[in-house]
Amino acid sequence: MSDPHLVIDRVSKRFDPRVTLGDRIAARLGARVELRGVQAVRDVSLAIAPGETLGLVGESGCGKSTLGRMAAGIMAPTSGTVRLEGRPVMSPGGTKLTTRVQTVFQDPFASLNPRMSVGEILAEGPVAHGLTTRENARDYVAGWLDRVGLDRSYVGRFPHQFSGGQRQRIAIARALAMQPDVLVCDEPVASLDVSIQAQIINLFLKLRRELGLTYLFISHDLGVVRHISDRVAIMYLGRIVEIGTADALYADPRHPYTQALLASVPRLMTEDAVGAEFAPIAGEIPSPLAPPPGCPFHTRCPAAGPRCVAEMPDLVPTGAQRVACHLYTGGVELAA
Amino acid sequence: MTEPLLQVRDLHTHFFTRAGEVKAVNGVSFSVDRGRVLGLVGESGSGKSVTGYSILGLIDPPGRIVSGSIRFEGRELVGLDPDELRALRGRRIAMVFQDATATLNPVLTVGRQMTLAIRAHERASDRAARDLALDVLKKVGIPDPASRLNTYPHELSGGMRQRVAIAVALLHRPALIVADEPTTALDVSVQAQIIFEMRDLVRSLGTAMIWITHDLATVSSLADDVLVMYAGRMVEAGPTRVTLRAPRHPYTAGLLASVPSRNPKGVDLPQIPGSTPSLLRLPPGCPFQPRCPRATPVCREDPPRVVDSGREALCHHPLPPASQAAA
Repeated sequence: MSDPHLVIDRVSKRFDPRVTLGDRIAARLGARVELRGVQAVRDVSLAIAPGETLGLVGESGCGKSTLGRMAAGIMAPTSGTVRLEGRPVMSPGGTKLTTRVQTVFQDPFASLNPRMSVGEILAEGPVAHGLTTRENARDYVAGWLDRVGLDRSYVGRFPHQFSGGQRQRIAIARALAMQPDVLVCDEPVASLDVSIQAQIINLFLKLRRELGLTYLFISHDLGVVRHISDRVAIMYLGRIVEIGTADALYADPRHPYTQALLASVPRLMTEDAVGAEFAPIAGEIPSPLAPPPGCPFHTRCPAAGPRCVAEMPDLVPTGAQRVACHLYTGGVELAA
Repeated sequence: MTEPLLQVRDLHTHFFTRAGEVKAVNGVSFSVDRGRVLGLVGESGSGKSVTGYSILGLIDPPGRIVSGSIRFEGRELVGLDPDELRALRGRRIAMVFQDATATLNPVLTVGRQMTLAIRAHERASDRAARDLALDVLKKVGIPDPASRLNTYPHELSGGMRQRVAIAVALLHRPALIVADEPTTALDVSVQAQIIFEMRDLVRSLGTAMIWITHDLATVSSLADDVLVMYAGRMVEAGPTRVTLRAPRHPYTAGLLASVPSRNPKGVDLPQIPGSTPSLLRLPPGCPFQPRCPRATPVCREDPPRVVDSGREALCHHPLPPASQAAA
């Protein structure tokens, strides 16, 4: 295996509310003022090889988008670093240092400036970074429109003239025009219609073949992630709870959360199996404002024991993957 | 033969906009029996939600039901007096919307708005209203319902809010619930919980339900029957298993084929080319014809109804029925 390409090294992110003196006084006087911070990402380390696709799965509030933004160098971690080929993607002061990691966001209605034409949207970054000149921008942009399956004549049109699927193609072309090595895709098909999702997934597959791109593919959709990913990481309340090859993880999930997540998705059933097709997980995700002590999943876990309340499990090799669960490191009872 | 609970026949709901006449629902027919779940499937702009709103009489100008019939419990709803419709809505037919945040009143406690909903249709003492509210909150799986009565919607999680909205819909034991993408905005695990609970609820209460969604997987695990819509028209309808196992309409087949989990990992997915047509400029004949791999010139004429084993498809060139497909 080749050397890791994008390395996320012990990254954490904490969001603290801005507490003014007035808030403090109000809190002293008994008013309800939120003074707690949110630990959105807790000590996550990941390495992605060149040309690899790593799927990142989790429910809302698990920190997957925050992790994606830090990986893309558009959000500063509270601690830890993200490096591309050994060089940090962001300066300590919070300035993005590389153009080689680009992002595709979920909502192509929000991510494109409605006042700019497609040509302007696509040319702005490359011209600013010297990837093309203003004179050549038109041809440069046309080339990327070809790549994503859009007509060259669209260059003068504005975002509102396009459907959701076409806008997502524009957003992808904008990212590609920066000639990135790594694309961070944050729920890129979640807001698209079913018949359009397949088109965009196929586009991602084609671009990977043609350009050798590396993807960090963030999604809550287990089916989509399995289809596109080489490896998959499962996040829960800011931590990676399981990571492994897509084949191993889906065939033999080890963490109780992964098992429950896979079992809880309504599957498309065309066979005659009626009955226990899926089994929902009990309870809800605890508030990230007040995460439970120990293993974050213990409040919903059918296998939890006293040790899970007391100790946070580490991510350790278990079977073909790595899992953060006491079940695989001596059991859920407290050591005597 | 007894009349079904709800029978919709050749429904046309159009919107008369400045840009032209939008045929949002264009000749849709179906029926729903007591205790049955109908999955109404389609992409955005297919007319699935407008079909649901039409049943509840919630079509506002510039839209109106142009023609067709909606019979519910033996009464014709199209053209019914607005007051009579209002008496029906919430009591006999209830609706659950996608966005529970917009459904619930943010300045009223859960208990207060449930009491209001109860008193909209019947006289009830504070005590009786509270008991009823507690009862339905318990039914939809809300832990510690008594304390929830005093909370405001913003204090609840998304899943809990949607449960409250479902509880409000259940208050008057309606004969029919129209649920418009009620779990789309929720997390995977919460979505599963709510689908699971709704299925048990309609079974135990004998309530009929129309579940409007774009998600075939949800329909396959919840609905007894399925109706697939495309650009305002029904393209295929029938018992869920039969229809999804061996679809006859190329659109249904295309949607099913493009689902990632039905394909080997990493290969290009069979995709439906193009995008849905504008409802202002519908092609003549079959609306799917410009994107259809089986289309021929005859598809520019209205498609015939093809019926086999309780399922129908509107198509000039339907896929062979299951028995032949297997051979």
